[in-house]
Amino acid sequence: MDWIEALGRGTISFVTETGQASLTLWRSILAAFRPPLGFRNLMKQMEEIGVNSIPVVLITATFTGMVLALQSHTGFRRFNAESLVGTVVALSMTRELGPVLTGLIVSGRAGAAMAAELGTMRVTEQIDALATMAVDPIKYLITPRVLAGMIMLPVLTVFSDIIGIAGGYVISVRLLDANSGIYLRRTTQYLEVNDIMAGLVKAAVFGVLISAISCYKGFNTAGGAQGVGEATTRAVVISMMLILISDYFMTAFFF
Amino acid sequence: MSEQSVVIELSDLHKSFGAHQVLEGVNLEVLSGESVVIIGGSGTGKSVILKHIIGLLAPDRGKVLIDGTDLATLSEERLSDIRKKFGMLFQSAALFDSISVWENVGFALRQHTRKSDAEIRAIATQKLSMVGLKGVEDKMPSDLSGGMKKRVGLARAIAMEPKILLYDEPTTGLDPIMADVINNLIGDLKQRLSVTSVAITHDMKSAYQIADRIAMLYQGKIEQVGTPEEIRNSNDPVVVQFINGRASGPISVL
Repeated sequence: MDWIEALGRGTISFVTETGQASLTLWRSILAAFRPPLGFRNLMKQMEEIGVNSIPVVLITATFTGMVLALQSHTGFRRFNAESLVGTVVALSMTRELGPVLTGLIVSGRAGAAMAAELGTMRVTEQIDALATMAVDPIKYLITPRVLAGMIMLPVLTVFSDIIGIAGGYVISVRLLDANSGIYLRRTTQYLEVNDIMAGLVKAAVFGVLISAISCYKGFNTAGGAQGVGEATTRAVVISMMLILISDYFMTAFFF
Repeated sequence: MSEQSVVIELSDLHKSFGAHQVLEGVNLEVLSGESVVIIGGSGTGKSVILKHIIGLLAPDRGKVLIDGTDLATLSEERLSDIRKKFGMLFQSAALFDSISVWENVGFALRQHTRKSDAEIRAIATQKLSMVGLKGVEDKMPSDLSGGMKKRVGLARAIAMEPKILLYDEPTTGLDPIMADVINNLIGDLKQRLSVTSVAITHDMKSAYQIADRIAMLYQGKIEQVGTPEEIRNSNDPVVVQFINGRASGPISVL
């Protein structure tokens, strides 16, 4: 009956890890309200997570919008609904693909970097050094990253949405001979504020998840260089999974 | 002569990690202004003792008292306050990679005081010159050699002029000349700043040079405490084997 033992052990470790990660996140949020406010750190993290992700997010979003237009056009033509491509691209980008793909990209880019950076600090005793200088490592390291994730992911998603829709427009009008005026009208015709806002709320949640998980994994690294590599990989995998899982539940909630 | 107060008191410390029992009843007192060096083999728990002193670890049994206060009774906030009395030099210096040398040295000042960047930089430069480093303020830690990193770490540890200094293997990994430089610096600081200090090392030359008293850790307990003279002339076979660096004797490694 080894598998029951393994299942039990797995469940206990899963619950323990989830609990510890949640407590760390909670502590980091509480720490945000204690002075000093750490503005400089926050700005730096916003640049790391947000500004430095812009190039890769723009490229991803452009091609996503383009392929979305291409796929829906060729697919919908089967039942004469090509005129709806503009609507499909707009709704898909703002409600789903904008936030989710941006989240996945940033998780791979910034999430991995956060886990690796904190993991390296842990194994070189830099985190202990912070504690010995009476600086709360969670407040100094994790709080700015969580806040930056929460702020910058929606910002990146806005870029994503715009560029994605633009990409879809270019493909449809230039390549697939759609009428420019009609396409633009379709884009906004059925688009509601709720679509955009829900997408941005999702993005904020993804931002917090990415930072919280990556920082938690990095912070609790053990075992030298190999441990850092492991922590980084697990941080990215878990973040991505949680993005997709929470995406379903948030979608069900909003729509 | 004024009576010296007990600054650090370790009372019956027990600590285990999983099944591995590391400390089995450590008792040690460190008096104000004194320099105590803890010696012992690698992996015997010397670092663990140091981490207990500054509250990074909590004992399974026993007490750690700093200036009479039991660390276990303190909230995170109060523990944080107590840590401001300390400066610690880590084995590989543990400098923060993402900021420059002067920002490292002035780190505690930036976090705990309202001084301007210019003032902090000036203080950092002064501390760096105390450890014999000039012109490195704007370098990044990755640009430095091992010996320089240790000296920057030392400058960082003394930046807030702490009462108590902790040294984790200060000369390990350094060439003999640099090791002597560090030993001299430690002795120098002791004179100039009248700090209480606890160092852990397995470098006997260093121990004899910087210690007022030497304590040997063996099998989770303090085997013997004494002045360098007393330790040098010890009759305890465990101590004798260690300080003379003999492979054979009561201490078995294999």
